[in-house]
Amino acid sequence: MNRSHRVALPAVAATAALALTLSACGSSGGSSSGSKSTALTASAPGITATTITIGSHQPLTGVAAPGYDEIAPASNAYFDYVNAHGGVDGRKIVYKYLNDQYNPTSTVSVVKQLVLQDSVYAIFDGLGTPTHLAVAPFLNQEKVPDVFVASGCECWNNPTGWPDTFGWQLDYVREGKILGTYIKQHFAGQKVGYFYQDDEFGKDGVKGLDMEIPKADVVSRQSYDPTNINVGPQVAALKASGAKVIVSFTVPAFTALLKLNSLKLGFNPTFVVSDVGSDPITLAGLLEAYAKQGGAKVSGNALTQGIITDGYLPTLADTGNSWITLFKMIHDKYIPKLPFDGNVLFGEAVAYTFVQAMLKAGRNPTREDLVKAIEAGMPQGPSVAPYAYSATGHSGMTGAYMGVIKNGVLVQQGPVLTTTTAPTSPVATYTGSAPAAPSSGMP
Amino acid sequence: MTLLRHLAAAVVLGVVLVLLTIWLDPFRQYQIAEIATYVIAVAGLTALVGLSGQISLGHGAFMAIGAYSAALLLLHLHWPLAAVLVASTVITAASGAVVGVAAARLRGPYLAGATLLLAVALPSLALSDPSLFGGDQGLTVAVSTPAFLGPSFPPTRWQAWLTCGCALITLVLLANLARSRIGRSWRAAGDDEVAAALAGLNVARLRVLAFVVSAACAGLAGVLLAVTTSIVTPGAFTLTLSIALLTGAVLGGLGSLAGAVWGSLVLILVPTYVMDVATSHGLSSSAGSNIPVVAYGVVLVVVMLLFPDGIQGGLVRLYRPLAARVPRPHWRGRARRDTAPPAAPAPQPRASASEHQEEGSI
Repeated sequence: MNRSHRVALPAVAATAALALTLSACGSSGGSSSGSKSTALTASAPGITATTITIGSHQPLTGVAAPGYDEIAPASNAYFDYVNAHGGVDGRKIVYKYLNDQYNPTSTVSVVKQLVLQDSVYAIFDGLGTPTHLAVAPFLNQEKVPDVFVASGCECWNNPTGWPDTFGWQLDYVREGKILGTYIKQHFAGQKVGYFYQDDEFGKDGVKGLDMEIPKADVVSRQSYDPTNINVGPQVAALKASGAKVIVSFTVPAFTALLKLNSLKLGFNPTFVVSDVGSDPITLAGLLEAYAKQGGAKVSGNALTQGIITDGYLPTLADTGNSWITLFKMIHDKYIPKLPFDGNVLFGEAVAYTFVQAMLKAGRNPTREDLVKAIEAGMPQGPSVAPYAYSATGHSGMTGAYMGVIKNGVLVQQGPVLTTTTAPTSPVATYTGSAPAAPSSGMP
Repeated sequence: MTLLRHLAAAVVLGVVLVLLTIWLDPFRQYQIAEIATYVIAVAGLTALVGLSGQISLGHGAFMAIGAYSAALLLLHLHWPLAAVLVASTVITAASGAVVGVAAARLRGPYLAGATLLLAVALPSLALSDPSLFGGDQGLTVAVSTPAFLGPSFPPTRWQAWLTCGCALITLVLLANLARSRIGRSWRAAGDDEVAAALAGLNVARLRVLAFVVSAACAGLAGVLLAVTTSIVTPGAFTLTLSIALLTGAVLGGLGSLAGAVWGSLVLILVPTYVMDVATSHGLSSSAGSNIPVVAYGVVLVVVMLLFPDGIQGGLVRLYRPLAARVPRPHWRGRARRDTAPPAAPAPQPRASASEHQEEGSI
């Protein structure tokens, strides 16, 4: 790849020393092109000879904060680990994430601050569908790489309209197809009810489900508005429809409300919950907290028992998995106060992907180099299924495994399944094998 | 005379702002646009609360009406921006008239409650018809920089100019209104309704008019918020926004237009500044993200303790003893005030608020 050859003389001495240290460290960044002796330059906004500054918008306070506020600190923990082990080609990652309270107008404000004032190289892992939709046009207009949005909206896959935006996690349409296929196979002919968030998240999920579950089987479709916690009427309607299986595209708080309201009505169907709303640790905590507010005492783990869901990262229960071992080690070292749950795993895994992409983008990358590097395809890393990145596709993971929550942990059931967002493409068993984590912990 | 003085002040301020937007970086330009937007809404609210004596906890809802009107006009009818600005302001003023008619019958806590209801309920309407209002994700507002400014003109500078221009026009109009017969009547009705009615003022009509003017300002601010953030979502117009606007008016000094400027400066700059300090001192994210809220509270408490009639009231109180020692240039034409005792502490908050309005308006 062609790099900028502008070399500031005073920087040479300092950077040459850094470069030497780096090669001595033996960083396994095999994909980085160009010779190791090329001096590090300030090749793009946010990149200096010693640092890469990236930014993000996250819900650190407010309704979406419980659970999700762990993601950015977890990503930062992984960056700290990388920085302590030589950084990315010798540069340290500086991760500045600001609180948008899950309010799209605040998102605009903090992202403008990050881009216009702090001159970040990229916006990384911006969290939320409505929030990030508010800034995606601006980021693409300013040509700021907008990588690995923390939302499974299919909308990030828009290479012509938004060439700088990339999804990461399994999108909700694919996820809906995978959950729908499981229901079709395991609960054939049974009455199915939908419970989903009334926005792109829920609607994309339903789109995927409808591609697989026969229309005649779906007896009730109930949606909720995330600002209204009274879901009693919807749960009563689901019960009245006689549904035996409830598929729920919900955030954790509403999965908990669904479960508690069903309990109250003596309604006991099989729950199939999308990945984002099913982290067992977050869910158990919410169930216990809500029940306590209502004056009842419940065991969170007993209530999550038997919930069917899917996973696109290795399950935390699989303690022998090399990725879990690596991320647990980094968690214990840098953020021991946070629980080691699905949110922390997510934050560390997406940070790992970012470091992979930066190494691919080259030694002195421009903003465009990062976009080109991701479009050229990404190695699989911690994801259980391959990524779909290409010049014409900006969605990330292509598949997940099905699992059941048992005793507060997600237990994988069966193989990894992959699919595309096209209605006709089948859900197929993934035949490849997931790579193990590198022993150095660095991509 | 008054009109000329206000216009001259606006022109001077305008020139300073243009220079500032050229000198400052794009993010500061964006912040200036944010501040100017808030100034418009807070100025309208401060006229309502400080002059006509009616409270509103629902001005966020008026901003929402303005913003959604603008978004829909731009999306479906493709009107030019100037027409959208005027039309949305008029639409919001009309909705202000409706609310004002109801408000004219309510007093104190009942009025607060009714307007609170507006702030809570109205944004949810956007969720009722997602195909029209875009639901939670809202509507995109695409307004590009006008062509005559050239292709490379920074969009943030254009937005700053637009918002500051609107803010200055609003301030001049409000300042004149406050000094006109209507403004005096508002003050009379706000200070003592019965006395005002006995003096022959139609109090109910004055109260509705105050709501109309105030809602129009909020609507205009809503349009500008939509244009600068290029999106309209229900999440932007929560109760928090309505309370923030009232906080801005109280912090700056109720009834004072200069106070509206101070209040808006605090609302926008304090959280950003404190957040920057917090992150640069390596505070953990959970502590750091709550610090701006704490700082906001501290500023509110400190200002209210030191200057019970707001920042502008405090500045006037500090300025008066100084001004009393300096012979006043005769061309400033404030003969009436020279006869007033210089540093007399205001006996009643209400009276002092209206006095500061006269002194504080630009």
